[in-house]
Amino acid sequence: MSIFWTLWITVITLIVIIGCAVLLKLTNKNDTGVKEGEPMPHSFDGIQELNNPLPKWWVGLFWFSITIALIYSFAFPSYTANWNGLLNWTSADKNIKSQAESDQLAETSNSQYQREMNAAEAKYGEIFKQLAYQPSGEYKDIDVIAKDPEAVKVGQRLFLQNCAQCHGSDARGSKGFPNLADNDWLYGGEPLAIKETIMKGRVGAMPAWKDILGEQGVTEVTSYVLQLSGRRVNALEAQAGEERFVMCAACHGADGKGLTEFGAPNLTDKIWLYGGSRKAVEDTINNGRNGVMPAWSDVLGEDKIQLISAYVYSLSQEK
Amino acid sequence: MKHEFIEKNVGLLAIFIIIAISFGGLAQITPLIFQKEVNEPVDTLVPYTALEMEGRDIYIREGCHVCHSQMIRPFRAETERYGHYSVAGESVWEHPFLWGSKRTGPDLARVGGRYSDAWHEVHLINPRDVVPQSNMPGFPWLATNLLTGEDTARKLEIFNMLTKGNGHVDENGVMQPIYTEADIAGAKAAVEGKTEMQALIAYLQSLGHAFK
Repeated sequence: MSIFWTLWITVITLIVIIGCAVLLKLTNKNDTGVKEGEPMPHSFDGIQELNNPLPKWWVGLFWFSITIALIYSFAFPSYTANWNGLLNWTSADKNIKSQAESDQLAETSNSQYQREMNAAEAKYGEIFKQLAYQPSGEYKDIDVIAKDPEAVKVGQRLFLQNCAQCHGSDARGSKGFPNLADNDWLYGGEPLAIKETIMKGRVGAMPAWKDILGEQGVTEVTSYVLQLSGRRVNALEAQAGEERFVMCAACHGADGKGLTEFGAPNLTDKIWLYGGSRKAVEDTINNGRNGVMPAWSDVLGEDKIQLISAYVYSLSQEK
Repeated sequence: MKHEFIEKNVGLLAIFIIIAISFGGLAQITPLIFQKEVNEPVDTLVPYTALEMEGRDIYIREGCHVCHSQMIRPFRAETERYGHYSVAGESVWEHPFLWGSKRTGPDLARVGGRYSDAWHEVHLINPRDVVPQSNMPGFPWLATNLLTGEDTARKLEIFNMLTKGNGHVDENGVMQPIYTEADIAGAKAAVEGKTEMQALIAYLQSLGHAFK
C-alpha cells in the first residue's frame, strides 16, 4: 500500500476522531449567556426550555467511545495494509493468487482463520487418527472401520453434509441417483471400489441407440431386457431382442448381469436406476444415460473419504 | 457559525451531514479501489464462456442471488462446508458482483463440479425431487426457453471493456483482454438454440474453479 493512501487514511481517520472530541468539547460549553438550570429566554406554546447541561453519563459515553476508537485503531490494522497493528492481527491471507500459494502460507500464517484451523486440526485430527488410522500411520481397512460405530457415525455426518443432496439422507437415492443401501453396485461394492468412486468420481457411458437400432429394434431390445428380470413380454419381440442384445453384451455381459469395469448395471435384478417401466427403459435405450458422480478428493480430502466409504460400505453389510 | 443557524437551515444541515458521513467512505472505500489485490485476477481465473455468460444473466434474472450468496468468509465453519474462502482476486471480472448478502439457500461460490449436470437439471425443475426438505422454488421454464444468442457477442465485448486494465498479463508483459476476437465472433453460435437450463447449469458448474 503506497505512502499516499496510508497518509490519506490516517489523516481522514484522525481528523474525524479528533473532530468528534472537539465537537463534544464545544457542545459542552455554555455560551448562551444563561446560567445552567435557568430558563432560556424563549418559550414555545407555553413550554419553557431550561438551559440544562448534557447528561454526564451521556457525555462520558462519548469520551469512552473516542478513547476506545483510538486504542482500537492502533491495536488492529487500520491505517495501512503494511502494518498489522500492535496486536499483529490479520483475519486471513486474502492477498493470494492461487491455491498453491494459499497452501504454502497456511504452514506459517498466524491469521485468525489459520489459528482457528490449526486449533481444529489439533482437536479433531487426533479423533480422525484414532478412527481412520492404524498405529503404524497407515489407513485402517475400510471394512474394519465400518465395524466401528463411532467411525460410522462420523462418516454418516459427513455423508449427510456432502452426499445426501443426490443420494438422499437415507442413502437410498432417487431416479438417476443410485441407492447405496441395496448392495447393488454399478462400479463395485468392495471397500476400495467405493473409495475410488468417491475420490475420483465416475462418468457413465451408455450410448444412445435410437439411430442404430431404429424404433422396432428398441422395442425388441426393451422386451428382451424386461424379460431378463422376469417380466412377461411379447415372446417374439424378446427373441428378436435377444439377437440384437449382442451389441449390449459388450458392456452388460452376455447374461445381462452387468460389468463393474464399465459401470454397466445388472439388468436382471429388478433394480432400475432410471425406472423400470417400459417407457423408461425405452427412453434409456433410445437416448443413452450418462450419470455423473463428481470427484470429491479435492473437496473433502482422503481422510474424510475414508470414513464416508466406511459408512457407505456399512449400509450394505449384515448388521 | 452558530448552532442555531445550522439547525434552522435544513438544506445546510443536510450538506453537513453528507460531508460527515462521506468521511467513512473516503477512508474505507476509496483506497481499496486502487489496491492491487482487488484489481489483479488470481492466477487461475478464466473468463466465463459465452454460454456461462448467458447463464450468469439468467442467474441474475431469476434472482438467484437474493437467496444464495457467493462469498465464503474466512471461518472454519464456512470453509469446511463450502471450500476455500473467497478472495478479491476471484471477483475482479465480476460486473456486477453477485456476492449476495442473504443465505436462504447455501453459498454457491464453489458449487462448480460438486453435483452432476443431471442433478442440477432435476433440482432446478423441482428441487424437492432430490432434496425433500428444500424450500427453493422450481424453475421449470428454463428447460424449454431457448437462447437466441442475439446479444451474446455484445455482452462479451462489454465485459472486455469493463475489465480493461484488469486482465492476465502474457509472457511479454502485455495485458490481454479476457475475450479474444475469436471468442466474440463465435459467441452467437456457441449459445444459439441451447436452453436456458443448459446455460445456467454451465454457469453454476464454472463457479469457484480458481481455488480447488
